[in-house]
Amino acid sequence: MTAYSKLEMMAIAAGRLITDGDVVFAGTGISMLAATVAKRIHAPNSVVFFETGGIDPSLDELPLAVADPRVMAGASMNSGLIESFSLLSSQRLRTIAFLGAAQIDRYGNLNSTCLGDYHKPTNRFPGSGGACDAASLASGFIIFMEHEKRRFVDKLDYFTSPGWLHGNDSREKAGFNRGGPMAVVTNLGIMTFHPSTKEMVLSQHYPGVSPEDVANNTGFDVDLSKTSEVLPPTELELKTLRDQVDPQRLLLG
Amino acid sequence: MTQDIFGTKLMSEEEAVSKFIKNGDQLALGGFTVNRNPMLIIREIIKQGIRDLHVVCHSHGQGLDLLIGAGCVSYLEIAYGGMGRFAPTCIRFRKAVCEGLIKIDDYSNYQMSLRFLGGAMGLPFMVTKSGLETDLVKIDGFSKEDRGKGKIATKKLEITRNPFGKENDKVVLLPSLNPDVSIIHAQYVGEDGTVRIKGLTFADLEQANSASRVIVTCEEILSRSEIRKDPDQNSLPPFLIDAVVKAPMAAHPTACHYFYDYDPAHLRMYANMASDDGTFERYLKEWVYDIPDQAAYLEKVGLTQLARIKADPFLGYAPGLDRK
Repeated sequence: MTAYSKLEMMAIAAGRLITDGDVVFAGTGISMLAATVAKRIHAPNSVVFFETGGIDPSLDELPLAVADPRVMAGASMNSGLIESFSLLSSQRLRTIAFLGAAQIDRYGNLNSTCLGDYHKPTNRFPGSGGACDAASLASGFIIFMEHEKRRFVDKLDYFTSPGWLHGNDSREKAGFNRGGPMAVVTNLGIMTFHPSTKEMVLSQHYPGVSPEDVANNTGFDVDLSKTSEVLPPTELELKTLRDQVDPQRLLLG
Repeated sequence: MTQDIFGTKLMSEEEAVSKFIKNGDQLALGGFTVNRNPMLIIREIIKQGIRDLHVVCHSHGQGLDLLIGAGCVSYLEIAYGGMGRFAPTCIRFRKAVCEGLIKIDDYSNYQMSLRFLGGAMGLPFMVTKSGLETDLVKIDGFSKEDRGKGKIATKKLEITRNPFGKENDKVVLLPSLNPDVSIIHAQYVGEDGTVRIKGLTFADLEQANSASRVIVTCEEILSRSEIRKDPDQNSLPPFLIDAVVKAPMAAHPTACHYFYDYDPAHLRMYANMASDDGTFERYLKEWVYDIPDQAAYLEKVGLTQLARIKADPFLGYAPGLDRK
């Protein structure tokens, strides 16, 4: 079996969560790898679009930012932010967003703004961008995280993007008419959310990772009782990712 | 028939900035992170020592970072400050926010875009469901004393019940924006002043439509007959434009679709120099203050580098460019 990196495992695991026909709101980095590998293998009718307005570009070269001119090439159409967020919100589409963050809590709420007090932060990140919009308005979203205690926290320093809020039916009660986090793909495994309490549970762990590794790197209690081992990347998945998605190895290294 | 831009709206960057941008203005920045930042106008704002700007934008990168680093910005309403892999968080932006050198208020990209659209439509506010329950709607970045001053809205936003919905159906009302000045970079302007943006427009059109004054820099001037041959391709009408500055590669080191890619070498150099106060000052001196005009700027970038980032006319970017 071919050796693979954690990044390749993450991109492939996340790509498997895309179903054929999904309209995928992608960020840059690993989300681009996941969306593209899914499109090239099992979801040829899925469409990738960007908050900047690029809709279904050919992605012959990997964009390094959502405003990269590579999101404009070979596209179905080029538009702008208002058009893109309208598509994201469209009630007739199943729109799935990929998001990253600096911190996440047990209900999948995200911080991508700052650490410490907002008015006097100890560190500052780029901010919401379209993340809060995607978390609020898409049919669902998938989160990429480095699995570390300081990132999986009991309480966010700043609450940028809405997940399941306080669990149970709090998201619906707050006025959101759909959406919510579906999964968290980390370097250790895949977390999902309990169907009624909406608390994070470990769904799958990667080969070579134990459920205890996940618990030891999470800053809150997480249910480990239902986990199983992830199917490692297949030859086809690896070959597609390396030869077709990132042949310049801009992200895969 | 509208007058042409010669002798009226066509001017140098120096004249455009001194005529249309003043201390304390609310300024909307066109472009998005690594793309079509109006860099020439931003460098000119810095050179003219304009201060106390109130910058409004959605996601911005290079131009914003330079303006903040040069000390031109007092207030900032923003969704995102980053440069992709070159600076995941803009460097001088991060420093200024952490050290309290600027006052900042965070919104999301959709919220900021809606606020420009609201201003363009002459409406007092826009409505969305984005951000309910989050700190974006709960934490006000500006103080009570600052609220209502100049162009700062009296309230960050308002949560209200959907008047057409059920009891608990809430929405967010966002104050519209009407910036004093909007600056954008376009590929083409016609002799009549018609603006044509190729590739993604981001929120440039909403920003221009909502502003009191608009400065456009462009790669090329097209004849009146040429730009009117295909009006479907055009973005803004002449009567919204106050100043046109013809300046090839005025978005460098950010990209301009069909003309040039972003410049990875320059962006890496900038990220290194911006990380330290001393080297950042040197960047400002070498790349802003000591540069008399766009021709001198491009000469400093160098022909070899300009050739590397030249876009393929069909793809719109530079294929195979070393972006590592």
